[in-house]
Amino acid sequence: MGISVQTEIQPGTGREGPSAQPPARNTGGQVLNALSIPVLALFSALVISAFFILASDPVVLAAYGKFLLSPGHALAVSWKEVADAYTALFLGAIGNPAAMAGAIRTYLATGQTNGLIQAFYPLSESLVSATPYIFAGLAVALGFKCGLFNIGAEGQIYIGALTAAFVGYTFTGLPWIIHAPLTLLAAALGGAVWAGIPGYLKARTGAHEVINTMMMNYVAFNLADFLLNGPMKRGGSTGFIPISRDIQASAYLPKFFPDPIRLHAGFLVALAVAVGVYLFLWRTTLGFELRTVGANLRAAKYAGISVTRNFILAMALSGALAAMAGAGEVMGVNHNIAQGFSPGYGYDSIALALMGGSNPLGVVLAALLFGALRNGATDMQALAGIPIDIVSIVQAFVIMFVAAPAIIRWIYRLKAGGGFQAIFTRGWGG
Amino acid sequence: MPPVFELQGITKRFPGVLANDHIHLTLEEGEIHALLGENGAGKTTLMNILYGLYTADEGKILVHGSEAKIASPEDAIRLGIGMVHQHFMLVPPFTVTENVMLGVESLHHGLFLDRKSVARRIREIAEQYGLQVDPAARVQDLSVGAQQRVEIMKILYRHANILILDEPTAVLTPQEVEDLFKVIRELVARGVSVIFISHKLKEVMEIADRITVLRDGKVVGTTRPGDTSLATLARMMVGREVILTVDKAPARVGPVVLEIKDLQVRDDRKQLAVNGLSLQVRAGEILGVAGVQGNGQTELVEGLTGLRPVSGGQVRILGHDTTHSSPRRILEQGIAHIPEDRQRDGLVLTYPVADNLVLNTYYLPPFARGVQLRRGAVLAAAEQLVHQFDIRTPSVLALTSGLSGGNQQKVIVAREFSRPIQLLIASQPTRGLDVGSMEYIHQRLVEKRDQGCAVLLVSPELDEIMSLSDRIAVMFRGQIMGVVSGAAATPEQLGLLMAGIRPGEERVPA
Repeated sequence: MGISVQTEIQPGTGREGPSAQPPARNTGGQVLNALSIPVLALFSALVISAFFILASDPVVLAAYGKFLLSPGHALAVSWKEVADAYTALFLGAIGNPAAMAGAIRTYLATGQTNGLIQAFYPLSESLVSATPYIFAGLAVALGFKCGLFNIGAEGQIYIGALTAAFVGYTFTGLPWIIHAPLTLLAAALGGAVWAGIPGYLKARTGAHEVINTMMMNYVAFNLADFLLNGPMKRGGSTGFIPISRDIQASAYLPKFFPDPIRLHAGFLVALAVAVGVYLFLWRTTLGFELRTVGANLRAAKYAGISVTRNFILAMALSGALAAMAGAGEVMGVNHNIAQGFSPGYGYDSIALALMGGSNPLGVVLAALLFGALRNGATDMQALAGIPIDIVSIVQAFVIMFVAAPAIIRWIYRLKAGGGFQAIFTRGWGG
Repeated sequence: MPPVFELQGITKRFPGVLANDHIHLTLEEGEIHALLGENGAGKTTLMNILYGLYTADEGKILVHGSEAKIASPEDAIRLGIGMVHQHFMLVPPFTVTENVMLGVESLHHGLFLDRKSVARRIREIAEQYGLQVDPAARVQDLSVGAQQRVEIMKILYRHANILILDEPTAVLTPQEVEDLFKVIRELVARGVSVIFISHKLKEVMEIADRITVLRDGKVVGTTRPGDTSLATLARMMVGREVILTVDKAPARVGPVVLEIKDLQVRDDRKQLAVNGLSLQVRAGEILGVAGVQGNGQTELVEGLTGLRPVSGGQVRILGHDTTHSSPRRILEQGIAHIPEDRQRDGLVLTYPVADNLVLNTYYLPPFARGVQLRRGAVLAAAEQLVHQFDIRTPSVLALTSGLSGGNQQKVIVAREFSRPIQLLIASQPTRGLDVGSMEYIHQRLVEKRDQGCAVLLVSPELDEIMSLSDRIAVMFRGQIMGVVSGAAATPEQLGLLMAGIRPGEERVPA
């Protein structure tokens, strides 16, 4: 079968009218449009979180106690606190631009790398933090593209980490070129199976994946606890803490730079995987089917696309990607798995995928942002004494604003963008 | 008495298209004025300008004799203008009262919604204008006709005396259309003036006092129903002679392509919607399935195309048993399907036109090489189909949501016709389309039939069935009441069968 060519001329039926906004032709304009909401969302989130920073600081509260006596003082103290906090956040997340420039000059002049390492350390740490976010964000985004909510990313991360650790320390004597990819693959398979189960249940019975993936999380966490306090514990049953044996060096994701810079090959793998996800979704027949199921389930069925097969495929791929986040941490950063090693990457990545509009480029950018925020938060706590949870508040507001862009548009008096608001989740209607 | 409103020289440009070209239009007091034109003629644009959704580039608007600046719907509402759009703007889980007062809420004690006084006012207006509306009902529980009355109530509640109805009958059953016309006449008798935008010639002739025809953004002429005919109106709308009945050569019928035996299909409520249905369609003929919507036609088509499980009976296509086959297998047998709801089932509106054109062929060569999707081949084929079927779109990469209804349907037709097919199942193929598009689709159906394809046409529009079908099967409560020859059938005969009365069973009217 192929297309048959028909050669008659068909009559026209009248002029095409402007029944909808003309599509935005200018891709530059489109990008700007797409970025404006997340950027303004971040800005607004930071502003609102500033109030939380103030409210949690005893010095500021004391100053406001005397507000009527000296309002200027209270305001000055407020401003200083917020400025200190966000400066610490920035320095922790990116680093000091002056120091970085200086270090480059020194390096070019003298070949000394100490300055470089010190100046670029914050940035490198942000990239290290971003790596699992990229994987997990892609995982959730892929699910969204098929209209599925993968809330189970966190559990899949654990499964990926457990599998990677096991394959990493069990097989000895393998060359790196085999061991490392094998470990990654094993982790991905583990995640694919873990997420494939809810996918299968959804396909066969219509059971909602939100419930099932969430429940599988608990199974994963408890499985990890059991394994790390038992069979996989370092030192066996006489070991002290729930942490696994270290993996073989042949299963490492190598680092690029000397200590203390922890930036590892996982970051590049993540970027490559992002490109892979893009190619899969937009350049393959499988990806086309998956996106169509997510965009219009009924039309997909009418076109002969198997919805059940795509639900399972989407969940499995999503699980595989999330698992790679866990594997990346084991293979590139910690070289083992410890209880509670994930500070909630899987849950954060739901917000991340939303913020990135469920497409790979957006997810990478959002992941870099989240990584920077997480990383900077530790410095914000250490240097400015601001509780690390403030960053969770920032993230929460970012999510809120991205999920309800009308709020941002109302605050900043923006016009709604031309073209379609892509709806990337199907909600409870199933 | 000055006209209720007067549009003078209204001109509106969009990038690449002159939507309104120096349009003059007046609405007299107490008249029903129909605005007739094809999709894309500029009628909705013109009314959107009057309603403040767009601003005209040139021209002026006079309301009750004085010039008016209408920059937003609020201005229009203040001038007494109200518009009921084709797609309702109601909140389904809210009650009628809540929907009516949305945006102009009455409060008591400054903070609390005052539903009681709003409901009272709604009942007053209902009484005054003879509009049947229940303030306490939840909108999602209402029929489409009742929802439309809520939209009208919203306008009357805001003290409008100029009512603009945009394609109001597109979503109504014939009975509901009659009810709407009654409502419109009542409103006019009580001082409301009405603009009725439509492309349906018969309805316009029935309801309007005066008719203005638009084509390509210009006024072609204004006339009265008494001074014109359907054929003249059609010619004014399209600019050339329009064949309202389909000219077709006698059918050259071949072997049986589709054989349905005692088919049983359950609906969503587990009731037997198709209840022992048997039918045959041969190559080279159009078999029309007539019947009032809701007698199992939808479930029949879904059962045939694999979208709904079949509970009993058998379907054979070209000798192969496809009773329980998957949709893809059925498509691969050479079946084409034009679904009854093109936006929900036939297209992915957020996709570019090119993607929709390969929606069921993307996995075959030349579009795919193994798993790899070949964009180049997809785009090339799309360009060719757009040209061949004259689909009006800025480009093959434009989003399908931007196309008019007629062009969206053409995308589906182009897609289905772009592969060799033996059986075409067309379900309400001209729903919501203008005369020109309808003529086009009808011609394509006859063409396919002349090429030896078997065509199963399912439609509640009796005119369409009668003008296209070689044989007509009437469906009632999931069964075929009778099959008659297309040439010999009369509306009365079909009407009886559609009501479930077999020949010989005619009861004496009660």
